[in-house]
Amino acid sequence: MRLIIRNSRVIDPLNNIDGIFDILIENGIISKISKEAKDRFDKVIDATNRITLPGLIDIHVHLREPGREDKETILSGTHAAAKGGITTILAMPNTDPPIDSVEKVRLVKEIIEKNAKIEVLISSAITLRREGKELVDMTRLKKEGIVAITDDGSSVDDPQLMRQAMLEAKKKNILVMLHCEDKSLSLKGVMNLGFISTCLGLRGIPKEAEFKRIERDLNLAKETDARIHITHISCKESVELIRKAKKEGLSLTCDTAPHYFSLTEEDLLDFDANKKVNPPLRTKEDVSAIKQAIREGVIDCIASDHAPHTEHEKEIEFENAEFGTIGLETELAVAITELIEPGIISWKELVRLFCVNPSYILGIEKRSLSPGKEANIIILDPQKEWIVKKEDFLSRSKNSAFLGKKLKGKVECTIYKGRIVFAQENEVYSNERVR
Amino acid sequence: MEWRHKDLLGLAELTKEEIELILDTASSFKEVSTREIKKVPALRGKSVVNLFYEPSTRTRVSFEIAAKRLSCDVINIIADTSSVRKGESLVDTGKNLEALKIDIIVLRHNSSGAAHLLARNVGVSVINAGDGWHEHPTQALLDIFTLKEKFGKIEGLNVTIVGDIAHSRVARSNIWGLTKLGAKVCVCAPKSLLPIEIERLGVEVFNDLDEALRDTDCVNVLRMQLERDEKTIFPSSLDYFKQYGITMERLKKLKRNILIMHPGPLNRGVEISSEVADGENSVILEQVTNGIAVRMAVLYLVTQARETIKNEAHH
Ligand SMILES: [Zn+2]
Ligand SMILES: [Zn+2]
Repeated sequence: MRLIIRNSRVIDPLNNIDGIFDILIENGIISKISKEAKDRFDKVIDATNRITLPGLIDIHVHLREPGREDKETILSGTHAAAKGGITTILAMPNTDPPIDSVEKVRLVKEIIEKNAKIEVLISSAITLRREGKELVDMTRLKKEGIVAITDDGSSVDDPQLMRQAMLEAKKKNILVMLHCEDKSLSLKGVMNLGFISTCLGLRGIPKEAEFKRIERDLNLAKETDARIHITHISCKESVELIRKAKKEGLSLTCDTAPHYFSLTEEDLLDFDANKKVNPPLRTKEDVSAIKQAIREGVIDCIASDHAPHTEHEKEIEFENAEFGTIGLETELAVAITELIEPGIISWKELVRLFCVNPSYILGIEKRSLSPGKEANIIILDPQKEWIVKKEDFLSRSKNSAFLGKKLKGKVECTIYKGRIVFAQENEVYSNERVR
Repeated sequence: MEWRHKDLLGLAELTKEEIELILDTASSFKEVSTREIKKVPALRGKSVVNLFYEPSTRTRVSFEIAAKRLSCDVINIIADTSSVRKGESLVDTGKNLEALKIDIIVLRHNSSGAAHLLARNVGVSVINAGDGWHEHPTQALLDIFTLKEKFGKIEGLNVTIVGDIAHSRVARSNIWGLTKLGAKVCVCAPKSLLPIEIERLGVEVFNDLDEALRDTDCVNVLRMQLERDEKTIFPSSLDYFKQYGITMERLKKLKRNILIMHPGPLNRGVEISSEVADGENSVILEQVTNGIAVRMAVLYLVTQARETIKNEAHH
């Protein structure tokens, strides 16, 4: 099987490529990147005026299986990821039951083997049942192939236990991914504490709940020398703490989610619980700080924190609704709209944020379009404007914070291991054009 | 000026002109309640459901009388006695009522934003009769209506709201309405009962009551609910009365024609003394009377708007 992607703008920062090329894929492997390849092909994709990138990596995804297949499954979630241009995801362990043992990792692996449309990497909880009381068996889990540990959804409150977890993770060379939230400060809060929470009469979550916990974990990381990654940072104070820690030479990384550089607390004025996320949407000032941190490289990568919930868990009273937004199918477009269009970052930087840096963080093979590599490739139309609509999502849940928003840039085709796992239904990708 | 909203969810989203339209409409309805036969056929054949998830006899009765004086049918659904306690969601309850072809839902709910949630899920009109700590627009409208009746205008008046501002939907709605109409609004409460950044709503903030009341034309005294909320420190009722209670002693030092308002029900001896509540500066019972006219106006306007929208859709 020989497939060629003709005439697209190929962007691959690791090979320092940005130009119009043809990409030849043979038996699932990238075989050549050249100008006007004259070989014979089984299939041609005319990608004129399109951009081709290595497949993206999303290191923070809730797939909900096992346990909450009504929200999402490994099948539906990976299908949604493919539509969003993502070919590798890191699944979060807060399923039901949580992934905290070798047996449960094996169970998930089996489903992945059977149903996943793209690559799914597995993370384990830090503590058994995510209760914050007893550590998991990192040695056995590491052998089983987990790439990170995280109690995402909550934070390990006991500092002694967190310290012990970091020491252990350091010994086994496991990444510790941290959801930083001090529950004694966030309490029953449902949105950012401030003027808007006052207007709406809703309980607020102070920024301290996030950055005080980041402060604690930075100190523990300093002490233990563990490799930590702080996920979904949302406010200016967190950015400043991480900037400082990095300057001091601490080897840590962090990510933010698209909603933290595109939406603010003011978007909650209509009480739409699809925008109820944890950490909560912050202020305009925080959004600018997050954008600046992305530009300066203080924030290493973008991850969706894709958190599917059913309609009856979301279309209810704001204070009772679940936290979280889906994000796999919108994250790239939000980044194009909010970061590339206004000139905050370049396309190469976008690939670093969504692809190069995540692979570095997870310690997996670097993603690039080098000949000889597995063909994980996405083709997108950077000019295409579209409106986010419920009925267009492939995710089983529709709780998007971006519903009704106009976004720019749309993935047209996602190729995983040389196979097309998603394609827009238009003439370019239909069978008639396959020669 | 024409009313264009199928719902009344809060005063935050209304313009000055829209608020004035409600007040003017209320003026013309007020006379109905003084007639021998207290009824006009304005909403004949329409049905209103009072959907109350919190007990509030006053507000419910006021809406019920208002609807009946417009010849409208009224059904009361109180949370304890209906399916709403058995786990049916607010949206499902609303859609059921819509299927029963009712016209207006008057919603009282303990969650902020409940009226917004319901309104965007049903085609019938939704009137917010109080949602959590968020808004209670008809209460603020009747307060403003009473104020306007007494002073002839709202612009330039000094109004002080005293009490648990943090947890008060009455305070929020009054602040939105009064500031839009050009009044100067002060809020006064112990620090623990003031929500963060409240000054950004354009109000002056006081912790000391005597300072707050100095030039006040009207004091709106909030009902003090001395129940425990996590992390909020409530003073004891006696301490509260000493520091924030509206008493005759305090009143003597203030403008002679000062108005005393209270949304009810009263906690005599906690936020207000009996002498003041029953004294000649008190307009508490007039507020109750005016509540009918204001609610008639709101029921009437949202129905008109819905019919206009329906007609436009047909053309
Ligand atoms: Zn999290
Ligand atoms: Zn998460």
